[in-house]
Amino acid sequence: MYPENLFYTKDHEWLRLEGEEAVVGITDFAQKQLGDIIYVDLPQVGKTLEAHQTLGSVESVKSVSDIYSPVSGEVIEVNSELAQTPDLINRDPYGQGWLVRLKIKDKDELNNLMKAAEYEKYLEGLEH
Amino acid sequence: MINVIREPLIFEISSPGKTAFRLPPLDVPENPRALEGLPLREDIDGFPEVSETEVTRHFTRLSQMNYCVDFGFYPLGSCTMKYNPKINEKVASLGSLIDIHPLAPESLVQGNLELMKTLERLLCEITGMDAVTLQPAAGAHGELTGMMLIRAYHQAHGNPRKYVLIPDSAHGTNPSSAHICGYVVKEIKSNERGTISLEELEKEMTEEVAALMVTNPNTLGVFESDICRIADIVHAKGGFVYMDGANLNALAGITRPGDMKVDVLHLNLHKTFSTPHGGGGPGSGPVAVKKILEPYLPVPVIEEKDGRYYLNYNRPQSIGRVKSFYGHFQVMLKALAYILTLGPAGLREMTEIAVLNSNYIRKSLEGIYHLKYDAPTLHECVFSDKYQKEFGITNLDICKRLLDYGLHPPTMSFPLIVHGALMIEPTETESRRDLDLFIEAMKAIDREARENPELLRTAPHITYVRRLDEVQAARNPVLRWEKK
Repeated sequence: MYPENLFYTKDHEWLRLEGEEAVVGITDFAQKQLGDIIYVDLPQVGKTLEAHQTLGSVESVKSVSDIYSPVSGEVIEVNSELAQTPDLINRDPYGQGWLVRLKIKDKDELNNLMKAAEYEKYLEGLEH
Repeated sequence: MINVIREPLIFEISSPGKTAFRLPPLDVPENPRALEGLPLREDIDGFPEVSETEVTRHFTRLSQMNYCVDFGFYPLGSCTMKYNPKINEKVASLGSLIDIHPLAPESLVQGNLELMKTLERLLCEITGMDAVTLQPAAGAHGELTGMMLIRAYHQAHGNPRKYVLIPDSAHGTNPSSAHICGYVVKEIKSNERGTISLEELEKEMTEEVAALMVTNPNTLGVFESDICRIADIVHAKGGFVYMDGANLNALAGITRPGDMKVDVLHLNLHKTFSTPHGGGGPGSGPVAVKKILEPYLPVPVIEEKDGRYYLNYNRPQSIGRVKSFYGHFQVMLKALAYILTLGPAGLREMTEIAVLNSNYIRKSLEGIYHLKYDAPTLHECVFSDKYQKEFGITNLDICKRLLDYGLHPPTMSFPLIVHGALMIEPTETESRRDLDLFIEAMKAIDREARENPELLRTAPHITYVRRLDEVQAARNPVLRWEKK
């Protein structure tokens, strides 16, 4: 449920490293908590983001939640499929439900993120 | 058996030529040019043509499908859906008060101005603040006005500042109001009691922070017992404390935001002061301030000189108008009637019973529904669906099932810091019998969750419409009827 090859944040984003670039999405836990997603607000291509800066938001039947950029970088692509079919995030959060592709500014920031095992442990602590 | 009653749209019961009236026959020569040159409306394609019987029945049926405080218990947390006394409506429809043109000269509306000024003074007394504007149309408008006052102050002192701090337990409109006012919002995490963490606040409070927006009691119903220390931390860096007064029903007559070092707050007359809301009429969100912010209040300001009231527009530091004319005057009349009817002792009792009712429900349902935070609560309490989730039942299923018991559900999935939240605010106007009906229904639903979860998942069963497809409605909304 939490792929080994990804990095994770406390705010439930995931990051997949591809050379100097990173693909970002929200985790299976996040999509389950949100419920059926009905709208996704994504940044403009070319926007530069600091780590923890608001990248966009996802709206579900229950609520609107901000998504934070896991690392600093420049947005080089957004998942335009989500405008028509936001439920891709519910169906395939780590695949077709990706949100943005970033050009990473500083790879050292990856050290601040969690690995799958750490993230799962973190989730156990969150169980209400 | 008919198991779905569907009331058609009025367009769908239309048939050509049908009318609700008949004019007498024309007994003078016809003059087709009588109205020439006048701005006449053209026929509207598809405009419904129905009889008087049809139109009466249609809207009566729709009204019966509705749920309102005159019908039953309405524990919508954070909304303070108390009963609205009918005498307020009577006062607010007195011709001598309302049949007045908004541009009538001051000399002809001395009584109206006096009533508004009286309401301002009473609200100052109740909140412990120095001045009030009655203009804002409702709560979020009041928030925006309050934040504009803060911005105007900082601007006048050389730097509007950049950030506004908002706890994660605040009302959902707070971040939006700060953002619209040009501020960057920083969230302050709650501590294990569900209140503001002082350490977190100390860390985030800088001279670039314009204000802290705090809801007190917060959306968990928990009183910020450190509010004075919180205010000191904010004031030490030159910031303001904005209090969301939407939950004043937990404080009025007992304690005052002004005495808690709050600098500015808005009130919801349509919550605490019993004027209708939620489709029942416009709101009203007066903003109360301390002296320091008074020069920035919107114009016109009602002032009194030699026993005469007048509207003062000559206030150079004012943020300007925030509403056409003077705000929602009739709502002000209803609130004034309510405050004067209750008096100081009555207001205090209102708050005491509101808190008592909420705690009665909390104690009665504790152990059956999960309470994430065990800090004492005031006028509302927040349970979650954690125990029922073990049987695959969510807060949505519980709320839908409550409809079958003839009750309005609580607010759900808010505040966000409680997953699967059920936020219950009974208000003071409910009798012990009504509270017990709700408690028994909630207990029965818990039993059903264990014994027959399918019954909940497919609820409601006895309402005009069954479970709605909210996802489909949000993704493909049909907002307008179109002629086929």
